[in-house]
Amino acid sequence: MATLFGSGIKRREDPRLITGTGLFTDDVKLPGLTYAVFLRSPYAHAKITKIDVSAAKSAPCVVAVFTGADVKDKLIPVPCAWNIPGSDLKIPAHPLLAYDKVRYAGDGVALVIGETRAAARDAIDLIDVDYEPLKAVVDPEKATQAGAPLLHDEVANNIAFTWVVSGGDAEAAFRDAPVTVSQRIVQQRLLPTAMECRAAVASYNQGTGQLTLWSTSQNPHIHRFLCSVMLQMPEHKVRVISPDVGGGFGGKIAVYADEVLACYAAKMTGRPVKWTEDRSENYKVTTHGRDHVQYVEMCGTKDGTITGLRTRVYAGLGAYASTAAPGVPTILHGLMYSGAYMIPNIHGTVYGVYTTTAPVDAYRGAGRPEATYLIERLVDLFSREIGLDVVDVRRKNLIPKAKMPYTVATGITYDSGDYHTALDKALGIVNYKQFRQDQVKARQHGKFLGIGVVSYTEICGLGPSQVAGAVGFGGGLYESAIVRVYPTGVVRVYSGTRPHGQGLETTFAQIVADEFGIPIENVEIVAGDTESTPQGWGTYGSRSTAVGGSAIKLAALKVKEKAKKLAAHLLEANEADLEWKDGKFSVKGSPQQGKSFADLALMANVGWNMPAGMEPALEASSFFDPTNFVFPFGTHISIVEVEPDTGEVRLLRYVAVDDCGPHINPMIVEGQIHGGIVQGIGEALYERAVYSDDGQLVTGTLMDYAIPRASQLPQIESHYTYTPSPVNPLGVKGIGEAGTIGSAACIVSAVCDALASFGIKHIDKPLTPSRVWAAIQQAKGGVR
Amino acid sequence: MIPAAFDYVRAKSLRDALNALALKDGSKLIAGGHSLIPLMRFRLAAPTKLVDVGGLEELKGIEEKGRGARIGAATTYRELLDSPLIKERFPVMYDAVSGIADLQVRNRGTVGGGIAHADPASDMPAVMLALGATMSLRSKAGKRSVAAAEFFTGPFVTAMADDEMLIDIIVPPLPRGAGSAYVSFEQQASGYALAAVAAVIGKSRKTVNHASVAITGVSESGAYLMASAALLIGTNADSAALDAASAGATEGITVNSDIHAPADYRAHLARVAARRAIALASSRA
Repeated sequence: MATLFGSGIKRREDPRLITGTGLFTDDVKLPGLTYAVFLRSPYAHAKITKIDVSAAKSAPCVVAVFTGADVKDKLIPVPCAWNIPGSDLKIPAHPLLAYDKVRYAGDGVALVIGETRAAARDAIDLIDVDYEPLKAVVDPEKATQAGAPLLHDEVANNIAFTWVVSGGDAEAAFRDAPVTVSQRIVQQRLLPTAMECRAAVASYNQGTGQLTLWSTSQNPHIHRFLCSVMLQMPEHKVRVISPDVGGGFGGKIAVYADEVLACYAAKMTGRPVKWTEDRSENYKVTTHGRDHVQYVEMCGTKDGTITGLRTRVYAGLGAYASTAAPGVPTILHGLMYSGAYMIPNIHGTVYGVYTTTAPVDAYRGAGRPEATYLIERLVDLFSREIGLDVVDVRRKNLIPKAKMPYTVATGITYDSGDYHTALDKALGIVNYKQFRQDQVKARQHGKFLGIGVVSYTEICGLGPSQVAGAVGFGGGLYESAIVRVYPTGVVRVYSGTRPHGQGLETTFAQIVADEFGIPIENVEIVAGDTESTPQGWGTYGSRSTAVGGSAIKLAALKVKEKAKKLAAHLLEANEADLEWKDGKFSVKGSPQQGKSFADLALMANVGWNMPAGMEPALEASSFFDPTNFVFPFGTHISIVEVEPDTGEVRLLRYVAVDDCGPHINPMIVEGQIHGGIVQGIGEALYERAVYSDDGQLVTGTLMDYAIPRASQLPQIESHYTYTPSPVNPLGVKGIGEAGTIGSAACIVSAVCDALASFGIKHIDKPLTPSRVWAAIQQAKGGVR
Repeated sequence: MIPAAFDYVRAKSLRDALNALALKDGSKLIAGGHSLIPLMRFRLAAPTKLVDVGGLEELKGIEEKGRGARIGAATTYRELLDSPLIKERFPVMYDAVSGIADLQVRNRGTVGGGIAHADPASDMPAVMLALGATMSLRSKAGKRSVAAAEFFTGPFVTAMADDEMLIDIIVPPLPRGAGSAYVSFEQQASGYALAAVAAVIGKSRKTVNHASVAITGVSESGAYLMASAALLIGTNADSAALDAASAGATEGITVNSDIHAPADYRAHLARVAARRAIALASSRA
């Protein structure tokens, strides 16, 4: 049988998902179902002086109304689960519903449960709230300045934490370096925009005390744990099911007040409760991404050797610290300041800052795009400063393969990598030298072409649990699997982690089918229900295949070892004399006497003739905890044309050479890369969440928040190198986020290259026509 | 995103619909619903009753009328694009409609609905202004025709009374030998125009004798006719003439400014779009 590992078979979940036969949270219907709608603050910052819900309570078809005062002593405030060490992190209480003060436009104020969604929505308008508006502050840098309005009395200057990363002697490096470049960079706030908004259905059985929550979660076991804490219910009485989930991009990691309040309302009313977010609500309250103001500098020598990097970063957290928020701009960001380069001296200071805006948490790439972007922008600026080609400077400073595994100045050790090969491959595909000549010619004809080259690496496959504990992550980061073989030889795999669009039902099944020599149709992947699956930690940080896939592989190997022992017993042979060939264990030299996987499944499950001391059945579980993170890498190159008269950017070509080790399913790998790149292109050219100075989300709908469309994109040319990781049995590295991590910097670099003759070195993304045009006008010494 | 409760009736005839409007009880007409429904879902509009006129045959159809065209108000954008008459005779309309939203919206959205909605950044008002179209209105009390220039009175406001209904749009023939074109710079999220220009240029022996140019997306009060188009008359629409005419694209206009395009950039786009639209229309003349 041909192996499935490495085969780009079609995603087995797609027929279900694209023909409307999937089951998403909003599809869950229960007898007696009621509907929840939230009243959310219209103000970014205000004292609540009065809430009167009497009219809403007596409105037709209203089942119950809850306010902050009703729940504040009944429920534990929304926790933050990443307590980064070595900082002064302050996490003020995050009430499930505001009762004294609202801190962003969208902060929950009351919850109406209705017999219908429309009735609950109508009753919202009957709630009378008096607000005493306070000043808003939406910019993370301005929020730290004297006189800025304070969100939380106990957090001076709105600074939630000051976190420092340091390696080598950056001060000396900058003092002694002949060349220094610096830049203020704004990494704009982004809206994750998963196709499916969030939803929750909660059902409480008064008889058994059992709570069931269907939730659009990327990590149902984390939801189970935190819901049990917040609701003060025993964890084994809480079952969380995340059925089909339509994308997350980080927005469905956090535990929100919304689903917990749905649980509480179900418990209090004795009726199941459904809450479904619409897009406007999603944009207001589901966690946002990025939102950094960065002051960054790089130093080096005139021959192009980078000697130091320094940052001062104001990372917006929004109004409250969301579940993973403190870890994103620190552990997942600052520790990656060396990028793919040897930078001996690094110093970074990150301020986590509360602002009167929606909470900010992980968004595809989570901290690493913000790191890659600043590093790559600086390498470009440094190259231009010393008059060397951006490629030559990169090549000079990339960590050579021979030095792997390599410990960077920030203290982490890259598992593997071959950066030069990826760079050279990408340069060859675009024919870089030829392009530089074409660029000059085009310029003579009035065309502004530009090329952007980015060599990235990133940290993912999160990660060793011991490290998780050491960096303050409130959970483990191992993964788990149970492989259960049925008497007929078909297999169910219960996975601790779960997909929300990544195609894991296919990838995981490929691993198992290969191991047992059975058709993929005989393997079912079960995930998302905490009742049936072992403890897992979820899909984020490009970890599910590297960690969860490895757990599955190891559990399958345990099953196979047992099957082999049983085969030896049944064949009356020595185990050492058996070989696994064509889906059978047989004695070497007499293949006709073999026992197939199906034979062994039956014999094990009936238990008629087991070896002495061997338990019947064929089942194994595994908990895999990797020894290190994985570090995928690659080189992305984009070619753009800028029309100076209008500022329009046309993306002509995008070449990506990525390395995530061996591919289990090359088609899925390519899809993940395409999706990631597209989101990075969105970040580079279109997407920007804008709050007005008084804290209103101006880009509150898709009429104002621009995500990329197929018609705006070029054919993405995907190419690969294959460097296996030594830290997991599959050798694989995560690929869900790499595309996003490399691409935003790549596009901005290309546009700045196209406009180099204007003296333009940097434009903050997104590079909308308006911004590009303004930069050109400014460079020309125009009115702006 | 749940609208307030409302009643819904499907009008069986034009008279049925006009009778409903005559009650002046807060009823609104609906056809494609692509402007009204979002407003209702945001609760920015809460009509007590929707009268659906989308199925009325009297409001359908595109036909030639004295070398011009009559376009029924409930004609969908898709039907406009499928009409050889529109494509051949009125490229300005064809180009504008091809750029409206996406396939699904064009399949359902109606030209009359968009015009009656009078979004200050929508495309059709500029097209109608440039073409000198006339709107046929009816109420229970009678009928009248209103020229586009008088029809669009402000942002989301038209000359229609509460009990009046847009029946069809009468597009006069282009001047003999005229060319037309539409050039738009779109806001990336909504697809609405940051600045868009509809131009109809007529020529006699290479000399411009008709220049009707309308701009949308730029002014808060909606589409307007560009006064400086008059500078083209008597020229050959050469580069200098194009510069002179387009330079006045936003003269006397308070130019919109928002997160997508500050006023100076929007004004600049209006000039660029004007120049390009006029040049293209002129090349087609």
